[in-house]
Amino acid sequence: MFHRYAIFTIGILTVFTACNNNMQDRTAEVMPDSVDYNFHIRPILSDRCFACHGPDANKREAGLRLDIADSAYKALQETPGLHALVPGNPMASAVFQRITTEDSTQRMPPITSNMTLSGFEIKLIEKWIKQGAKYKPHWAFVPPTSPALPEVDDEDWVRNDIDRFTLSHMEQKGLSPNPAADPERLLKRLSLDVTGLPPTIDRMDRFAKDTSAKAYEKMVDELLADSAYGEKMAIHWMDVARYADSHGYQDDNYRSMWPWRDWVIHAFNKNLSYKDFVSWQIAGDMIPDATREQLLATGFNRNHKITEEGGVIDEEYRVSYVIDRANTFSKSLIGITMECAQCHDHKYDPFSQKEYFELYAFFNNVKEVGLESVVGGPETYAKKPYMEITKDDMAGALRFINRQDSNRLIVSVMGEDTSRRKSFVLGRGSYDNPTLEVQPGTPLSVLPFNKSVYPANRLGLAGWLFDEKNPLTARVFVNQLWQQVFGTGIVKSTGDFGMQGELPSNPQLLDWLAVDFMQHGWDVKRTMKMMLMSATYRQSAQIPKNKLQADPDNKYLSRAPRFRLPAEMVRDVVLASSGLLVPTIGGPSVKPYQPPGLWEMATSGRGSLATYKQDHGTSLYRRGLYTFIKRTVPPPSMMIFDASNRDQCEVKRSSTNTPLQALIMLNDPTVLEASRVLAAKLLQQGTDADRNIRQAFRLIVCRTPQAKEVSLLAEYFSQQQAYYKKEPGQAIKLLSHGEYPQADVADKASLAAMMQVITTIYNLEETLSKT
Amino acid sequence: MKNEFIERHLNMNRRKFLSNLSLGVGSVALGSLLIPDLFGSKSESEAAFMPGVPHFAPKAKRVIYLFQNGAPSQLESFDYKPKLREMMGQELPASIRMGQRLTGMTAGQSSFPLVGSHFNFQQYGQARAWISDLFPHTAGVVDDICIVRSMFTEAINHDPALTFFQTGAQQGNRASFGSWMSYGLGSENKNLPAFCVLLSRGKGNGQGVYSKLWSNGFLDSIHQGVQFSSGDNPVLYLNNPEGIDSTNRRQMLDQLAALNDQSYKEFGDPEISTKIQQYEMAYRMQTAVPELTDLSKEPDDILKLYGPECLVPGTFAANCLLARKLSENGVRFIQLYHQGWDQHGNLPNEMAGQAKDVDRASAALITDLKQRGLLDETLVIWGGEFGRTNYCQGKMTADNYGRDHHPRCFSIWMAGGGVKPGIVYGETDEFGYNIVKDPVHVHDFHATVMHLLGLDHEKLIFKHQGRRYRLTDVAGQVIPGLMA
Repeated sequence: MFHRYAIFTIGILTVFTACNNNMQDRTAEVMPDSVDYNFHIRPILSDRCFACHGPDANKREAGLRLDIADSAYKALQETPGLHALVPGNPMASAVFQRITTEDSTQRMPPITSNMTLSGFEIKLIEKWIKQGAKYKPHWAFVPPTSPALPEVDDEDWVRNDIDRFTLSHMEQKGLSPNPAADPERLLKRLSLDVTGLPPTIDRMDRFAKDTSAKAYEKMVDELLADSAYGEKMAIHWMDVARYADSHGYQDDNYRSMWPWRDWVIHAFNKNLSYKDFVSWQIAGDMIPDATREQLLATGFNRNHKITEEGGVIDEEYRVSYVIDRANTFSKSLIGITMECAQCHDHKYDPFSQKEYFELYAFFNNVKEVGLESVVGGPETYAKKPYMEITKDDMAGALRFINRQDSNRLIVSVMGEDTSRRKSFVLGRGSYDNPTLEVQPGTPLSVLPFNKSVYPANRLGLAGWLFDEKNPLTARVFVNQLWQQVFGTGIVKSTGDFGMQGELPSNPQLLDWLAVDFMQHGWDVKRTMKMMLMSATYRQSAQIPKNKLQADPDNKYLSRAPRFRLPAEMVRDVVLASSGLLVPTIGGPSVKPYQPPGLWEMATSGRGSLATYKQDHGTSLYRRGLYTFIKRTVPPPSMMIFDASNRDQCEVKRSSTNTPLQALIMLNDPTVLEASRVLAAKLLQQGTDADRNIRQAFRLIVCRTPQAKEVSLLAEYFSQQQAYYKKEPGQAIKLLSHGEYPQADVADKASLAAMMQVITTIYNLEETLSKT
Repeated sequence: MKNEFIERHLNMNRRKFLSNLSLGVGSVALGSLLIPDLFGSKSESEAAFMPGVPHFAPKAKRVIYLFQNGAPSQLESFDYKPKLREMMGQELPASIRMGQRLTGMTAGQSSFPLVGSHFNFQQYGQARAWISDLFPHTAGVVDDICIVRSMFTEAINHDPALTFFQTGAQQGNRASFGSWMSYGLGSENKNLPAFCVLLSRGKGNGQGVYSKLWSNGFLDSIHQGVQFSSGDNPVLYLNNPEGIDSTNRRQMLDQLAALNDQSYKEFGDPEISTKIQQYEMAYRMQTAVPELTDLSKEPDDILKLYGPECLVPGTFAANCLLARKLSENGVRFIQLYHQGWDQHGNLPNEMAGQAKDVDRASAALITDLKQRGLLDETLVIWGGEFGRTNYCQGKMTADNYGRDHHPRCFSIWMAGGGVKPGIVYGETDEFGYNIVKDPVHVHDFHATVMHLLGLDHEKLIFKHQGRRYRLTDVAGQVIPGLMA
């Protein structure tokens, strides 16, 4: 019985990991003393009412708008004697009458909408009207101010201000923090979060020995200064920027955007302020006397797919590129789903279709075409406008590009057309249906674009983004950092801070972090360090039963989050712990082992990517960040571990647990080769099996194994050793995986058995988890 | 201990399930996925969360979609237009074209000469359906299929058109058709994914396929299409590596389970137990899948039916046979892609080759399902992403010509699973350029297929980034005329 249940349970659980949005508060069903519009009412109205009674003027029913107080209070158009909302009097409010009537033809939401209100939701609305039906501006569109630091009972636990916010939440909920994680697990967590790599033996040893009060902070500083930090931080930004090594669309031939990726790593490592980091990417080419580096940064906006399909209608695709930029900008930098307003006014948020195309207008003046060339040679690897990386660049400002040959190297970047291309609202979002002409502008409800301060171009847009009154930029980015460190954002819907987005689990903390970030020069490393230094971060990841019940989603952070590593890190842990990792930074993307025939089965046959030409030698052992991404056939081992296919901007990956992941970890040559190489290394150092098991465990899981773990693995080693002794042919076969040269170890049976032990350790749940 | 966490999961699921219901997530979907016990004793308050969700009985339980990638010409297959032969070489009348947009490939042509089919047509079956000589086997099952001559789409280029057909939107990153069905209907076989993808290619001009076509989009990645083949490695990473046999594997998994259990005891994280179960499922797949994908044990009459190519891994014929086996074993949605149908030039030659690749096996699949009594519950679909122009692209000679993309009308066929058999639906004008009767939009097609599967296309919803998504976006109508 258990068996069957478990299977179903898994299926259901994974179905819901991605869709359990914004329900926690409402399912709690505890009637608040004071009903708050933002936290209690708007989520209901937005979700169930605004589609017909909200911002979209074209779909508005009965002329009634419920998203704005004045409209909701005034007399109804259809029944002038009646008002939708009568503050203080639910019975007199048409809204309340219509959501409670027994008459199904009158009842709201209408049956045809397939939506209903729960009894609790109706009671909330009733109480809200009773208490005056007070509207409030949407929290995310009000600039953050630094809240007062909350009082906490357990002062001793607090290490920095972050902890005051989390602890006061826990205390309100009756939870207390977990004890601090043990130093070994803490170091693994820290190392993965900062560098994306497991700690080296040297760091493990030093950290274990360092008993000084500053030991942890020293390690944080050391890791933040490690160049692997830039690579780790670049992983998320590649998703944001939809970076890939091919143009996308059907023929999907090669493109050379990787020097831009090298710049991102460089920028994180030199800790460029977030303000410059983003401003350069948006408008580096327009900065007066722009440097070559600033120009290269604008590659950000050219990472979108570009067609090479002969016969397309040029304008259709050119418009799609501009749309992609506007959508990427909205989702990743200001956390709003502006793309919903491409075809019509937004259904939930106060963004009109006109505002969408005002934002679009900023990106509509690039000197580009829809179809520049079909599949071809190196001249097609970047589309105009592009920059050519010169010898001077390599000797100077762009030294960080890891160029490996003297071939011509071109990278697509932004460049304005000299004359201004007119922008129009496109009817239903369609390229061939221009209607009203628009000027560059930003959504009024977020922050109006002040033309007397900012030029009406991308440079001005970058200025607007970092205007101290912009309510979103800092919140959205600190939330993305929080998501990287704690697994889930304070706003869980990372890409949607609008009405339909998730409410912040700890709004004061979010605002405090955002204001602090702005006040300290948008210093990314500083904010990272603060999160890493907090006691909140340093808790153990154990899940006591009472906490599983009281807070299954760990919203209150009374324990450290525990989650599976992202795709790139799965690979990096395997390579680094076996000693195979080649830590070169940057350069053209590489093609490691991949099951045969994948590219060949899916290609049009045109272009240099029609067949997968696997690399050899050191290119097989580069970090996951450098794995070649062909958009139409992204690397399966990455996709199965939930990586982005880089089709469009992504700000959040799902985290699943599937049998295909198990198959990869058991059968992928990368894992087998790493096991073989590490086994040989250990056996060459000595033949004491227990010692070798301990050593392997420590390298891979990054902690000293418990006695039980060693004995289980030692038993397993003996069993396998006996098998391979009996079947020497099987041992030879097992030891043949991977191209790395064979080691000179005479005892093949022991080598094969140790290889099996190590593969087992790679497959441990803890190995691939941040614990 | 184990019971405790199962209990917790069930409770958590119940809670999440109910809260999602109030958001309108299809309960049809979950009903079939969930354990009956959980809902057997449904209380009234819980029932109140499921208003208005229809439970119409599905006619089809599974889909096999034989996608003809690149867009086969309707004018050489199922839409007979003698007028084009009569008017061979004459200009497409402006009154017919009505200024419709053209692709960049022929927009620059100074003339649009009409071109008739190089192949002859004959009438077959109770509907006296016209089918070209390229598809004799399909003609042989004409009374089991429903030919739709009035399909139309919105996109004019391959990538957006394919993406539209497979995800309901042109721009990518939405959930694919199969993923939606996996989400909506769940799996019938715990050892197999609910959504499988099989690729093949002919010698004709091809346009490639893209993994976004079987992407889960915003749905959870368990709904992603899993690529299968009939070769030595039927699922990626499935085989034990050289030097490890299944006993070794079992021993390793036992160690792993024991060690992971230690971890569970320390951390209490339910994900660890899930992990253990996923490894067990992987192990079961290692046995179940190769048995299933081994076509060599099929009896001779079946091999004969599909033709000799069905034993060559990676051919369309092999994929059709494999699709039948997968379907028979409960895979909900099997998507085949046969590439090579993009005949901008050299059409007669290439199209003959492409048709030869697919005709026999497509018909065999129908016959095979029927003789097993499975056709009634299995919906088979055959067709491409758009149609082709009635005028010639490029040079026209006595026996050679090409056709450009034409989204305004094209033909597909469907069979089984509640589709009305032996009929021809819809009609185009005598030039084969515009639809004159019973148009079927891609959204309508999706809505109809979903209906046959027992799903209301307006109610199978997934909320992502604040918006409720449907396969049919905000449109689509069920077409009763297609259904038995």
